[in-house]
Amino acid sequence: MKKNVVKVLQPKEIRSNQRRQFIKMGGLAIVGSGLILACDPDSGTMRGEAPGEDPDGDGIFDLGEGDLGVLNYAYALEQLEADFYTKVVNSFYSGISDVERTVLTDLYNHEVNHREFFKAAITAAVSGDTDLVLPTLEFDYGDLDFGSRDMILNTAKALEDTGVVAYNGAGYLLTNPTYLLLAGKIVSVEARHASAIRSLLNPNSADFAGDDVVTVDNGLDGALAPSEVLAAVTALGYIKTQFTAKFLP
Amino acid sequence: MSIIKFLNDFTTENLLEAKSSRRQIFGTLGSLGKKAALAAVPFGLATMPSRTYAQDSSGDPVAALQLALTLEYLEDEFYATVIDCNVLPTGRPETVYRQIAQHERAHVEFLIAGLTAAGVEPVAKPTFDFTVGGMFDPFNQTGIGKDVAYAQALALAQAFEDTGVRAYKGQAVNLQGSPFLTAALQIHSVEARHASEIRRLRGLKGWITNNERGEGMPEATQAVYNGEENVSQGGLDVTSLGSGSPFSMEASTEAYDEPISGADAVAIASLFIVA
Repeated sequence: MKKNVVKVLQPKEIRSNQRRQFIKMGGLAIVGSGLILACDPDSGTMRGEAPGEDPDGDGIFDLGEGDLGVLNYAYALEQLEADFYTKVVNSFYSGISDVERTVLTDLYNHEVNHREFFKAAITAAVSGDTDLVLPTLEFDYGDLDFGSRDMILNTAKALEDTGVVAYNGAGYLLTNPTYLLLAGKIVSVEARHASAIRSLLNPNSADFAGDDVVTVDNGLDGALAPSEVLAAVTALGYIKTQFTAKFLP
Repeated sequence: MSIIKFLNDFTTENLLEAKSSRRQIFGTLGSLGKKAALAAVPFGLATMPSRTYAQDSSGDPVAALQLALTLEYLEDEFYATVIDCNVLPTGRPETVYRQIAQHERAHVEFLIAGLTAAGVEPVAKPTFDFTVGGMFDPFNQTGIGKDVAYAQALALAQAFEDTGVRAYKGQAVNLQGSPFLTAALQIHSVEARHASEIRRLRGLKGWITNNERGEGMPEATQAVYNGEENVSQGGLDVTSLGSGSPFSMEASTEAYDEPISGADAVAIASLFIVA
């Protein structure tokens, strides 16, 4: 399949203009305190030396390392979820029940909110240097039939379960307590979503926290490394914009 | 009687006006301050320095895990007793409770093993009173009837699960940098799955809107939901990030679960602890 490669390098003049614009959003600065240092404490100049944006000049965005990398990673997953549910609510499958419509509309609302939150929070954290912010991704769902209840709910289940294991597996990578708490605020909502979707698919069962996702012996949900999650998400084939995660485990 | 009609009857007002003296009792318990609540925890936790409960000042992973264990003891005994007392309708409710009970038991054992392996003595299991001095009868022990007992068992389960989600979230920062963080997050998301299902079993959405405790929840459980109306995330007002339904107050509060401090979690748990 053909992938669109996003060119993230831009002329310097545009960069500095953009930075000025974002710096005006002064109220957002709290989010980023400490992050720049975490990116590359030994580097006098951020650009070109820290990962994030395009460290090897191949024109492909890299998520970056440390807290920034994790935030961009979460932003990528939230972009996928938000885009998927936007398509779902714009063409609901026929015969959808009222409960299903309400649940999917709520999930659309929540995921779009998460997506815009990460965009704003990361932008603030890098002081408006948009070269360090994951670009808007493009998606193509190929053969996915948005008219099929079965396909939509099962895709939603996969995305929500993936969100849970992704946040659970990335929490320890965060050094800034504010970000850890934010990830915690979001992951439990993803888990509530996963439970609800699973309950819609199999209403009179234990699937809401099924043995396929919660280990019976210890009662623990999954936790996967970013590389594992990204490999699984890439395998879905929905994300058309290439990016790399060279600095995340 | 359908569960929905039944839950409509199970309002604070209906429940409490029949037992006004008990309302007073519950009100007293519900207004316990943090100090009083800590003093009411008689099983070793209260003898720890009070700072161990303060989410923002301790950074003490052991205290965080002991609090988690206490909440898991509570959930474990609650679900096991509900199942034993045979108040659950067969089918979905019983299936759901059994699955949750299995997880809570596993969490207790997991935390005990983890604390022990870390060379720490796990807190002892408290003595619980899920009737809160006769206020509730979730196990149908005084003949309130299986339907009413079941509705109360559902309301309590919702309060316990939503509290669990908030409490683990509040302790995450105290576990940051410790080997227990990931495991705690893995329990946290399971509690959230439980909460969502119990809420849906009660006819509610799986997520929390504003600071609403939801229809049929006793007023005394409001402490579980206070603060959930927050829309400021990392210094950003998330209602201002765009326009349309994703940025409404409802969606903006549903999309983020809020933490509670260790002290607040203890205050809630203490309502059900007698010794």
